Amino acid sequence: MTELASQSKELITLVRSTTINHARSVDDLLERPQKVVAEHVDFFYGEHQALHDVSLSIPANCVTALIGPSGCGKSTFLRCINRMNDMIEGARLEGEILLDEIDIYRARTDVVELRKRVGMVFQKSNPFPKSIYDNVAYGPKVAGVRKRSELDEIVEKCLRRAALWEEVSGRLNESALQLSGGQQQRLCIARALATDPDVLLMDEPASALDPKSTARIEDLIFELKDSYTIVIVTHNMQQAARVSDQTAFFYEGRLVEIGATTDMFTKPRQRKTEDYITGRFG
Amino acid sequence: MSLASRGRPYAKAASAAFAYVCALCAFASVAILVVLLWQMCRFAWGWLDWQFLTSFDSLLSPQKAGVKAALVGSLYLISLTALFSVPVGVGAAVYLEEYAQRSRWRGFVQTNIANLAGVPSIVYGILGLGLFVRGMKLGAGVLAGALTLSLVVLPIVILASQEALRAVPASIRQASFALGATKWQTIWHQLLPAAMPGIMTGVILAISRALGEAAPLVAIGAAGFVMFLPAGVNDRFTALPLQIYNWTENADEQYQFHVAAAGIIVLLAMLICLNAAAVYLRYRFGRRIRW
Repeated sequence: MTELASQSKELITLVRSTTINHARSVDDLLERPQKVVAEHVDFFYGEHQALHDVSLSIPANCVTALIGPSGCGKSTFLRCINRMNDMIEGARLEGEILLDEIDIYRARTDVVELRKRVGMVFQKSNPFPKSIYDNVAYGPKVAGVRKRSELDEIVEKCLRRAALWEEVSGRLNESALQLSGGQQQRLCIARALATDPDVLLMDEPASALDPKSTARIEDLIFELKDSYTIVIVTHNMQQAARVSDQTAFFYEGRLVEIGATTDMFTKPRQRKTEDYITGRFG
Repeated sequence: MSLASRGRPYAKAASAAFAYVCALCAFASVAILVVLLWQMCRFAWGWLDWQFLTSFDSLLSPQKAGVKAALVGSLYLISLTALFSVPVGVGAAVYLEEYAQRSRWRGFVQTNIANLAGVPSIVYGILGLGLFVRGMKLGAGVLAGALTLSLVVLPIVILASQEALRAVPASIRQASFALGATKWQTIWHQLLPAAMPGIMTGVILAISRALGEAAPLVAIGAAGFVMFLPAGVNDRFTALPLQIYNWTENADEQYQFHVAAAGIIVLLAMLICLNAAAVYLRYRFGRRIRW
């Protein structure tokens, strides 16, 4: 028992030292406009209920980390925000998810329009089997941008934002599949930025990457949060502590606790949260 | 502890014997093909020349007989067959894979397409005779022939295209949808280009099949002896397999062996060209896709 207590203390110290630099304060989180608000969200895969009465709000220009053990519903919740779950037959959502105070599940919502405003980066990098240029230009192209000069501009801007421009500027016409894993994931981020979204959803974006590439992605997330609202699902506690301002802990389809990351990792209110953060299960 | 195999003294020998048997099977199939080809080349030697390729058939002299009408007829036929079967086949595959909901109706259609691929081509020939030649009054022309052959190869095109679409990773679909692409844009810009090598392979296989079919053409009443080139789609025509069959039926042994063999070489050459085209197209499209 004492051993566990000291272990958790150690982690808390570590978390403090890594988060203290850039995290937004609790007050700051509350003052900001709420970009995404979920109200009493229940989600079903056919008969199986994957989310139970989830209510939370995601402040603008912050990084919100969703943590919890496998199968806890954090990825499901993430995919509710851009309605990617619509692609699954038998999927059904009850409750409301508001984006800028508009319910994205109301009948009039144009899912295509929604997904342009809510970009997504997947767990496994999934560049299209096309050139680097075409990958980034795809979003604007399907949105109707035709002028080459305009596309060139978008491609360069997004690759720069994703910290990839220096590495690929000379070979934009080469296949995206020739890039390394970390580069591919940054390309996917650039591609998601190209539709000029407000919100960026990241589903364990660094879980398949080596530590160095992971660090680059994390730096990138930190830089991007000034311009975007970021929601990131992660299995990695240290990562959540390092990059996020707000953390939400999911367990068995329910939101157990949500709060400023510094608070969550230093003085969690729920026993379950503390157990998970300190690695007692999960 | 020794690594020598104990208690199974024959295991090594059995393994070697099995390898030899398998090699023999592989060798036998190739050997039969080589013998056949050798025989054909021997028979056709001296008969397959420029005159043979550029002359019409002749009933009077085997030396004057040529393959011109059949060659042009076959080219005409497979071009039209591709024109009909590719858009319909790929369209059907896109519908079944991307649009159709998982329902009993879809299962029914799917099972039927798989079964249709196994229906003997003569059955399609009879259908073509009833539907196109008599029902739509097209006559036994190139159009009726191509439509009938389209029926024969359509299941092949559909199944190959479905297979190719299914092989496109789900992550590509998701990435496209997540960027705000519509279903139509995702299919047109991502799925079809990614599936193209597989689709092309299926199409070329289907065309090769159409090129070699004689039975449905016999059934719709296509001619075996034609002294003109088809000018329009309803003109009567003959095709290579039909022409070859016709020659082998001739009482004159020179037709039976030498003229027919020359025709067979022409048919085989066309098939090889098609397959080479398939390999080339797969390479081209494959490189553009750059997996």
